[in-house]
Amino acid sequence: MTPSMPTDVDGTLAMLSAHDYIADRSLATSLFLSLSLGRPLFLEGDAGVGKTEIAKVVAAATGSPLVRLQCYEGLDIGTAAYEWNYPAQMMEIRLAEAGQSETAGLRERLYSDAFLTRRPLLEALQPAGAEQAVLLIDELDRADEPFEAFLLEVLSEFQMTIPEMGTVKAKTPPIVLVTSNRTREIHDAIKRRCFYHWVDYPSAERERDILRRKAPDLPDKLSSEIVAFVHSLRGMDLFKSPGIAETLDWAHALTQLDVVSLDPAVIDQSVGALLKYQDDVARLRGTEAASVLEQIRMEMSREGQ
Amino acid sequence: MTNGLQSHRLPQLPGQHGGELAANLMHFARVLREVGVPVGPGALLHAASALTAVGLRSRLDLYWALSACFITRREHQAIFDQAFHVFWRNPQLLERMMSLMLPQLRVPTSDEADKLKQRLADALNAGSAASREVPEEEILEHRSTLTWSDQETLQHQDFESMSQQEVLAARRAIARMDLGVRPQLTRRYRSGPGRNIDLRASMRALAKRPDCGITLATRQRRKREPAVVALCDISGSMAQYSRMMLHFLHALTRDQRRVHSFVFGTRLTNISRSLVQRDVDDALDSVSQQVCDWNGGTRIADCLLRFNRDWSRRVLSQGAVVLLITDGLERDDSALLAVEAERLSRSAKRVIWLNPLLRYDKYQALAQGARALLPHVDDFRRVHNLAALEDLAQLLATPRDNRMPVKRQAQLTVVQ
Repeated sequence: MTPSMPTDVDGTLAMLSAHDYIADRSLATSLFLSLSLGRPLFLEGDAGVGKTEIAKVVAAATGSPLVRLQCYEGLDIGTAAYEWNYPAQMMEIRLAEAGQSETAGLRERLYSDAFLTRRPLLEALQPAGAEQAVLLIDELDRADEPFEAFLLEVLSEFQMTIPEMGTVKAKTPPIVLVTSNRTREIHDAIKRRCFYHWVDYPSAERERDILRRKAPDLPDKLSSEIVAFVHSLRGMDLFKSPGIAETLDWAHALTQLDVVSLDPAVIDQSVGALLKYQDDVARLRGTEAASVLEQIRMEMSREGQ
Repeated sequence: MTNGLQSHRLPQLPGQHGGELAANLMHFARVLREVGVPVGPGALLHAASALTAVGLRSRLDLYWALSACFITRREHQAIFDQAFHVFWRNPQLLERMMSLMLPQLRVPTSDEADKLKQRLADALNAGSAASREVPEEEILEHRSTLTWSDQETLQHQDFESMSQQEVLAARRAIARMDLGVRPQLTRRYRSGPGRNIDLRASMRALAKRPDCGITLATRQRRKREPAVVALCDISGSMAQYSRMMLHFLHALTRDQRRVHSFVFGTRLTNISRSLVQRDVDDALDSVSQQVCDWNGGTRIADCLLRFNRDWSRRVLSQGAVVLLITDGLERDDSALLAVEAERLSRSAKRVIWLNPLLRYDKYQALAQGARALLPHVDDFRRVHNLAALEDLAQLLATPRDNRMPVKRQAQLTVVQ
């Protein structure tokens, strides 16, 4: 364990906060357990709640290189773990045939490190020029089931078996974070090897904190209005509720438009930053936005008194 | 890395009463198992080391540490929450409550235990893991409090058990069945004739026999059956078909690995987990416990909306096919139904509508609901006279009646 690792939950919170990630205590506890006990952390949650960001922050805080594996359907060992460099191998064979290179031990030489192309998983087990890597397996739900089975060995033993070479084992196990948007259920066998955490939408207070950190130029009143508005949208049973990423996008959009206070016309113009489905946008256009706005104005003035 | 033998020993727990804590932890795990959260011995060991890591200073940290170890799906959080708060306040109380919930261990009820039981029953219901140990009258009483419309009649369904012959016949029937769903090409390969060159296999062959020159091995794409998502209407007008339909869904689940089953009347229920049980009678029992709107009214539009919002993104990925089993008799809101059916057809690869009302050749979609649904389905099949699964299989095995997608046919009728 490197010296920069936190030693308790409060330390983890402070570490995240130092890198502008405002986490709640539940997330910090899971992350602390994952770091101190050396098991992967499985983060599930809607899109745009900051799952991927955690990995970046952990990498920055521990000073380890971040190795990212973006999952997609059909992802296989060749793109995820390792690949033999076939053209170079063929060239080596041709050279041996032509007498330009040793023929003795050719087979061992062909399947040696020199002909191995490293892909993210292998890279994370043996990072170049670093003690330990942070491995982010992003959106695992996008990969198909056969790929999950391959991950089992990597996630529990931190090793990988290459038939031609033998087993590669990490000297220092990487810090592993797995994220999923839940477009399908991940098999229990994967989840069992990880600490599980459901990343929820933040509370209003925490979201205001996040806005203050990430968009410091925003006037206080406007940021309170933004957070209140987004929160009432999340209560509206939309097809896709806006995540934190959308809140930040919207805040930046409003800053660009030189807005100091929300009004229906401004919402109408900039709602594309917040809602990404036509049904939802259509529902919010017109009277709905105005009434939501009126509601939050009333609540804010009541709180102000 | 602690590995091998080391990690299999229960670590020394903090505090003076480490042994007691370990016992309590074990007890807590057993309680969770009892209420339907699967907690294995591995998770228990991890929890023990997690407690050592976070310490026992804060109750909140204890909560989240145990949650991270014991929970693997979000639905279980509510049950866990209840069990945690009761257990870590007073374990004896929970123990008493658990014994009350087991029918064979009946003890006179006290007021306090009653209140707690209701809470845990609440949690059970919210988590959709209906424990079969719960006495039936308790559930009925509890569910009546959930009524949110007087149109809705809540009742449970008793299914006759299935005879061995029926089971065998069903299995044979399913084997013959053709849903008109073709296996899809995946992005995975296996060796076989094809245009793609498998360099790895070629090199391996070469390494074995270096003197033969390079022969190129080829590979082809694998095929696999797409996932099936079944949405089955169990309202009053469909009452006579529901047993058969559930048998069909169970057989399909056993036969194919990726099936998600939902039933709806006035509310939508995911019954996939219940149908996974091997024995068909057990599975149907568990479904009938879980679902509470049998033979009531129907709100197709509402239920499709719930499906689109809550489930479509979770089960319709990677080319799933939707089987919509309903008579399309919707009274509520056909405009909303059209919108939701359209969204469904856009997120699914194919929508196949199985309609038991389609018993005459000259059936016309006169009901408002049916007219709203029709333009948005790819295939439309009659499943009348559903006395046995055999019939359904036969129907689905016959070539499709409609060569042209219904989506386009419907447009033609509108023009006429």
